[in-house]
Amino acid sequence: MYSFDFLRPTTLAEAAEALARDEALALGGGQTLIPTLKQRLASPSVLVSLGAIAEMKGICRNDAGQICIGGGTTHATVAAELAESYPAMAALAGQIGDPAVRNRGTIGGSLANNDPAACYPAGVLGSKSLIVTNTREIAVDDFFQGMFTTDLESGEIITEVRVAVPDRANYQKFVQPASRFAMVGVFVAQYSDGVRVAVTGASQDGVFRWTEAEAALSAHFDASALDGLSVAADDLIADLHGSAEYRAHLIKVMTARAVKAA
Amino acid sequence: MTKVTMTVNGKTVSGEVEGRTLLVSFLRETLHLTGTHVGCDTSQCGACVVHVNGKAVKSCALFAQEAADADVRTIEGMANADGSLSVIQQAFQDHHGLQCGFCTPGMVMSTAALLAENPKPTETEVRHYLEGNLCRCTGYHNIVKAVLAASGQDMDQIAAE
Ligand SMILES: Cc1cc2nc3c(=O)[nH]c(=O)nc-3n(C[C@H](O)[C@H](O)[C@H](O)COP(=O)(O)OP(=O)(O)OC[C@H]3O[C@@H](n4cnc5c(N)ncnc54)[C@H](O)[C@@H]3O)c2cc1C
Ligand code: FES
Ligand code: FES
Repeated sequence: MYSFDFLRPTTLAEAAEALARDEALALGGGQTLIPTLKQRLASPSVLVSLGAIAEMKGICRNDAGQICIGGGTTHATVAAELAESYPAMAALAGQIGDPAVRNRGTIGGSLANNDPAACYPAGVLGSKSLIVTNTREIAVDDFFQGMFTTDLESGEIITEVRVAVPDRANYQKFVQPASRFAMVGVFVAQYSDGVRVAVTGASQDGVFRWTEAEAALSAHFDASALDGLSVAADDLIADLHGSAEYRAHLIKVMTARAVKAA
Repeated sequence: MTKVTMTVNGKTVSGEVEGRTLLVSFLRETLHLTGTHVGCDTSQCGACVVHVNGKAVKSCALFAQEAADADVRTIEGMANADGSLSVIQQAFQDHHGLQCGFCTPGMVMSTAALLAENPKPTETEVRHYLEGNLCRCTGYHNIVKAVLAASGQDMDQIAAE
């Protein structure tokens, strides 16, 4: 690891100011960033820890009934605290990595990173969500912009994720056993005005909505509604764990499982 | 260099660290608490698991300064006050839950965290919880037995595979 200055501000305002410095980078739970620093794939001159900022942690409900998850909230906290109010999201968080990863990793870090095999992008895009930063609000449909790419500006901090709770939802993850990330993960959520289906792990462009399945399931929320559909393998990931065709097949299988379990 | 102070196994300790100093380096190299192992350094293996404020974390994926003022517990703090092995450690010994022992400090710390949350886990819950702790020797079966035994559950109930 290259050396850097380490700052641990206690307020969002101080963090934003520190991140405006040249070559400054935010540190969330460090579960992705620390391995990246060790590989010297990132070389910030200043690392700004978000870990001591109380206003970025925890979960509440706003007047509109949305769940507001602080950007610095760990996967373990989401898994425990959303168990009743949004069980599908709690279950998703509880399947990320292992307990030690869940005790450190944060929702803000996961979304900012936008790993093509990460779980939260599917849960958040599969829900009606809003990403709140220190400067603006970003509709979730505009947020993810391809593998490891988001709409965030440099130094911008995800302070909160606001999620509308669907009537029912489920996340099905086909685990890649070595990394424990999703080989394919599908999040299905049914709202009164339609169904959202978000797929992670599969596409070279990162998380995406499977719109044909959304239309079919909005008309008839049953796994049989998927019968005639298929996903083109063209832009899907192919690696030693599975071919693009295999992932295309898995998307349909996992979507059907999610519908049945929702 | 920055001075950090934290509580490790009940004692207040402090030392000079760089920004990039990992908690595991601080424990091993500054405090000479070498029971916490580094198996991979890529956050995959769990050999480095310690407790920070009661939560199991990988000390190779946490900067020492993130643990400033925290309450840290390592394998050196697990034995009973008289130096005898704790219930979990004894169960690992009794059920052959270790061979080379390299993974064992992390296994014991993860087990302690599991049993604090869930005192009577099922076999499935044990296997799920220990997913982040890799062992190259035992094949896991005896580790699972040791954890169940440490939780005070009847070992005869567990089918031998
Ligand atoms: C063994 C292992 C298994 C894992 N398995 C899974 C899995 O199954 N599914 C899964 O989804 N993930 C998995 N992960 C990744 C884990 O969820 C990470 O915690 C997460 O991707 C990154 O979150 P973090 O808080 O640790 O962020 P960090 O690693 O600290 O940061 C990641 C990036 O986000 C930026 N960042 C951090 N916080 C913010 C913020 N609030 N606002 C703006 N930018 C920010 C950082 O600058 C950095 O670029 C795994 C990780 C490990 C080590
Ligand atoms: S050394 Fe920390 S997880 Fe392997
Ligand atoms: S006992 Fe050798 S690695 Fe587990």
